[in-house]
Amino acid sequence: MAEIELKTAPADFRFPTTNQTRHCFTRYIEYHKCLNAKGEDAAECQKFARYYRSLCPVEWVERWNEQRENGTFPGPL
Amino acid sequence: MIEVFLEWRFLTIAPCDAAEPWQLGSQDAATPIMQGIIDLHHDIFFFLILIFVFVSRMLVRALWHFHEQKNPIPQRIVHGTTIEIIRTIFPSIIPMFIAIPSFALLYSMDEVVVDPAITIKAIGHQWYRSYEYSDYNSSDEQSLTFDSYTIPEDDPELGQSRLLEVDNRVVVPAKTHLRMIVTPADVPHSWAVPSSGVKCDAVPGRSNQTSILVQREGVYYGQCSEIRGTNHAFTIVVEAVPLKDYGSRVSNQFILQTN
Repeated sequence: MAEIELKTAPADFRFPTTNQTRHCFTRYIEYHKCLNAKGEDAAECQKFARYYRSLCPVEWVERWNEQRENGTFPGPL
Repeated sequence: MIEVFLEWRFLTIAPCDAAEPWQLGSQDAATPIMQGIIDLHHDIFFFLILIFVFVSRMLVRALWHFHEQKNPIPQRIVHGTTIEIIRTIFPSIIPMFIAIPSFALLYSMDEVVVDPAITIKAIGHQWYRSYEYSDYNSSDEQSLTFDSYTIPEDDPELGQSRLLEVDNRVVVPAKTHLRMIVTPADVPHSWAVPSSGVKCDAVPGRSNQTSILVQREGVYYGQCSEIRGTNHAFTIVVEAVPLKDYGSRVSNQFILQTN
């Protein structure tokens, strides 16, 4: 496992500033919108999952997952 | 006395990428941004010395000539067009010469020109920092996360700097574009590494990004610039390794964690 592919979420022109909070949130929403549109195991959605995992702190993702399960997630899904 | 001063100033074993006693200048640059900051400092210093010499000369000259015995009747010049023009134009040109390189540097620091190769999240907690490498995850649960604690004051090993060393350093590859995502979990923090020219505030509920390109391998020491709360963890140590070693360093840590 010594070979690791160096790849991460690309720079996004929608979020050119230092503040990347929305970048992470948007990628998280995009992933779940993609799943809703294309089915639970659509392969083309996986890239959004990789992006939001790169950008969002684990704690935030855990909280949002919890909120989605409880139906209290604040974003548009 | 002189020996003591010399020892302080020159004969200390200087860790080049950490603060040293009686340090006057910046630490050696490790990134192009830091090089830019040092160059800007020197640029501005040129104008600073120019103005300092000129103003000192005028002051000393004025003090010298306004003397009640040597020069009892002062000159009574009330107007001079040439001097008026010169002393208006020059002070307005000098700030321009300072502003142009300053803004160029400021905007180049902000700009993310190329897609970064790695994203590292620095999460500040009041008593420690944790780092997340999540580019290689395939689920939300699995993540390479480790905590980085300052070595306490009473047990550094020989050669370690007091209150400057941590138990787990941040390993980054050299000569690679990195994206640092900086955010805290409880109190505000600031992720600062002087030799990389990086200082990024961490504000709860917000994630800030800063990009780094470390140009040489080495160990870089930094300190938090936002000390909030008792026993606030302030030590930051970045270890830049060659790109070919980075993979094995990270995957070793990953294996250690999953087992």
